[in-house]
Amino acid sequence: MSENGFEPKIVAFLCNWCTYVGADLAGTSRIQYPPNVRVIRLMCSGAVDQVYVLKALLDGADGVLIGGCHPGDCHYLEGNYKARRRVVALEDILKTTGLEPERVWLRWISASEGQRFAETVTEFTAKLKAMGPSPMRQDWAV
Amino acid sequence: MKTFVPVENGDTLQAVRGVLRRILESGQVEALMVPLRTPAGTVMPALVTDPALLDQADPLAPVYPVNAARALGWMTQREPRGRIGAVMRSCEMRAMIELVKLKQACVDCITLISVDCAGTYDVPVYLDAVAQPDNLLWPLLFDDPLASGSNGGPALRDACQMCERPVYDEAQVVVQLLGHDLAKGFSVVLPDEMAGALNWAPASDADGRRAMVDKLVAQRTARRDAVLCETRDKLNSGRPGEGLQTLFAACIRCHNCMTACPICYCKTCLFKGPVFDHDPIQYMTWAKRKGALRLPSDTMLFHLTRLNHMALSCIGCGACTSVCPVDIPVGRVFRAVGGNVQSVFDYVPGFNPQELLPLVAFQAEEWQEVGE
Ligand code: SF4
Ligand code: SF4
Ligand code: FES
Repeated sequence: MSENGFEPKIVAFLCNWCTYVGADLAGTSRIQYPPNVRVIRLMCSGAVDQVYVLKALLDGADGVLIGGCHPGDCHYLEGNYKARRRVVALEDILKTTGLEPERVWLRWISASEGQRFAETVTEFTAKLKAMGPSPMRQDWAV
Repeated sequence: MKTFVPVENGDTLQAVRGVLRRILESGQVEALMVPLRTPAGTVMPALVTDPALLDQADPLAPVYPVNAARALGWMTQREPRGRIGAVMRSCEMRAMIELVKLKQACVDCITLISVDCAGTYDVPVYLDAVAQPDNLLWPLLFDDPLASGSNGGPALRDACQMCERPVYDEAQVVVQLLGHDLAKGFSVVLPDEMAGALNWAPASDADGRRAMVDKLVAQRTARRDAVLCETRDKLNSGRPGEGLQTLFAACIRCHNCMTACPICYCKTCLFKGPVFDHDPIQYMTWAKRKGALRLPSDTMLFHLTRLNHMALSCIGCGACTSVCPVDIPVGRVFRAVGGNVQSVFDYVPGFNPQELLPLVAFQAEEWQEVGE
């Protein structure tokens, strides 16, 4: 529990070939990280449509993490490059529409980077605690 | 090549029809897609193969029933296609080019015939005006496009008041009206071979069009900047999301804006399927969590999703605003968001059909800080 009792919820869309395996490795290596993340496995970061991120954010997630293979390592060669452009666009659109782009993180985490996965979740959780709950979560009109 | 078309008895429309008839009769195209007058007094795009029906053509009518690019998509997306001459305004041309990039239309079999646009009215406004005995709507508009709305006439559509691309000189054929004394004549620019086939002779370049277009663009760009700045301020007021909600507070999620959008094309659009027919218990769960639930639900998701899917290609025709039953300035929001995100990718929609869409094109060496 944080001081104000607020535990952020993170929805993580992880690619099957890198970040999901990295998350698994964090677990099998017994690396400690906050339990605030709910993982959804997709085949590739390039399969993350903006609507998944938006739905999560509007429906109660305090943050969304998209995890994919490092540039050059995508199993489908270019999915992560497309994901990167999509996130660049999404962040700009969230900014213009008065929403909070800081609640969306894209991170390249390979299958061997269990430690990096754990650190990312730890860091993101701390950041979201500092930001406070997403105003969308309680808003009846969303 | 540029040619001058003289107008007889002050009847500009008849002269424009004459140009179209020549193009169709010469076999340059198999059909023309052009607005025809309807018995109700307005116009609708029609695919015309019989030159006699061009007597009802009215590409000058300053009314915007629909963005015709979408219909052009239906007719060209798959083989077999015949050659169509598409008589459209700038914003319809630009929507068409975006549809080509989205693989929903093909330009190879289309001859784009652009007609200078001085701005348009919404259908009800237009019908009102043409019901007056001495309707002078469009001559007035073309005589002094800069004064439209302030000369006692009705206000142009919101999108037209801030349209910074009223002409489309990238079309194969350009019917140049702005800056001409339309009682006397106008110019047509067309490919040399076509001019040869039609026996049209070149005419002098000197007319007031460039100067008029520049003035019009300057006026409307200034208005655009002011309106979009105001819209962005509204979006960013209050707590996160409050501005967006306020703008869309009256939305009944009728999907008109999506249906009217010429480039929002997905046949498998998730808002058309059963995804949002939630289980009854889902509504109750939301209502319990939040204390209340706005109905219809998912309105913010609908608009944010469309913004993410389409704003990069938004060409600003404002068809969305025109069809909204509750007067939400949908087009302003799309342009405010689109303008920003398009500049992130240095992208101007609506011009080169070979150009890749920003979310399709990518380079390994870009935005390298993102994801690290
Ligand atoms: S948006 Fe521009 S091109 Fe389209 S109808 Fe209005 S003035 Fe004409
Ligand atoms: S047309 Fe207007 S009311 Fe209908 S979905 Fe669009 S914004 Fe909402
Ligand atoms: S497979 Fe991992 S990002 Fe494409």
